[in-house]
Amino acid sequence: MRNHIRLAAGIAALCGTAAFASEPPAPSDVVYTDTGAVEASLTGQPGDAASGAAIAGDKSVGNCVACHMISDLADVPFQGEVGPPLDGAGSRWSEAELRGIVANAKKTFPETMMPSFYKNEGYIRPGDAYTGDAPSGPLEPILTAQQVEDVVAYLMTLKE
Amino acid sequence: MMTRTITAMAVALMATGTFAQAQDLVINGEIPITTRAPAPDFVPAFSEVISGWEFRSPETQQLETDDFENPGMLFVEAAREAFSEPLKEGGQSCADCHESPEALAGARAVYPKWDEEHGEVQTIEMQINECITERAGAEPWGYVSTEMDNMSALMSAVSRGMPVNVATDGPAHETWKQGEEMYYTRYGQLELSCANCHEDNYGNMIRADHLSQGQINGFPAYRLKNAKLNSVHDRFKGCIRDTRAQTFKPGSPEFVALELYVASRGNGLSVEGPSVRN
Repeated sequence: MRNHIRLAAGIAALCGTAAFASEPPAPSDVVYTDTGAVEASLTGQPGDAASGAAIAGDKSVGNCVACHMISDLADVPFQGEVGPPLDGAGSRWSEAELRGIVANAKKTFPETMMPSFYKNEGYIRPGDAYTGDAPSGPLEPILTAQQVEDVVAYLMTLKE
Repeated sequence: MMTRTITAMAVALMATGTFAQAQDLVINGEIPITTRAPAPDFVPAFSEVISGWEFRSPETQQLETDDFENPGMLFVEAAREAFSEPLKEGGQSCADCHESPEALAGARAVYPKWDEEHGEVQTIEMQINECITERAGAEPWGYVSTEMDNMSALMSAVSRGMPVNVATDGPAHETWKQGEEMYYTRYGQLELSCANCHEDNYGNMIRADHLSQGQINGFPAYRLKNAKLNSVHDRFKGCIRDTRAQTFKPGSPEFVALELYVASRGNGLSVEGPSVRN
């Protein structure tokens, strides 16, 4: 386990140098503003809003609709009511704020129930996905950096 | 016109997650079930504790009102037969010590409880296995197994209508505190506690699931979803798994503690098992 951490740290350090400049930052290297926003794209690539819509509605990926109602995804059944509806999110929040909320909403709302989608450590008894077993290796964030960007791009299309 | 407005309002209320105000639950026309009770002092978030029965559809609720419609009662009947069968070849049966299942009425309502002899909090499953191994000298049943779930359902069935009344003080208090801490711990990669869903969001929909208060007075529960009895620890295991966590084992000290704490949050509700849920 310790070796994994060292290796990860080594990779993270390399990522910081020009050698892997196009690699997304490790979750722990993402820079948040005081209010929880993330100014820089995690990938340097524009997000794909259509892909983001699919991620938001798919139970096995982002599953945003488990907790949030999104009228734009009216064909996705059983939308939840635990979090606020996302209609108009692109008017209420800036892209940087939405990126911060999707990546780690606890930086914006400290007590929120919302899971952190670009985070891979600091958990209590994390498991191997939904098996109930211990993880067999280092944890991956729930969404990849590009998936986060795609979801942010989709949310930005949800205007009042 | 008025009716239409009221109907529309009712639909709107349902859609925003307010659950329907249920009618009273009476089983077989003769066992009144308390499905709402004043919340214990240690649950400041609630004014009332509410049985999971109130969160289910009218069709599912109906199944629990009649033992001939409640599929869970088939397993109760199986346990009734097992009650008088030897626990090992030529050995004792439950009936050798206990005149009838009804002679154990009231037991379910106070479990989990402190066991002086073993110096630990025991669930009713642990007590059943203690009888099987220490009194009857037979092999223990699996903590989650057909025989155990059936017998647990029988123990609930003969206590139906009695108020849940588990002790949180005295020697059980330390275990209860452990359970309370677990209840508020945000487990797994989704970082969710029991309280996130069942205290802060009961009544709301999370995807297709209508969140209840997570009360366990109706366990074991016959779930239409998997068409079998589901024990409390099996449900806990699934809930913690669903937070993307490494879950705990049924029968583990952690789940015993959590069961004591969660049971105590429903003190005052009736024993209701085997309940019918979706």
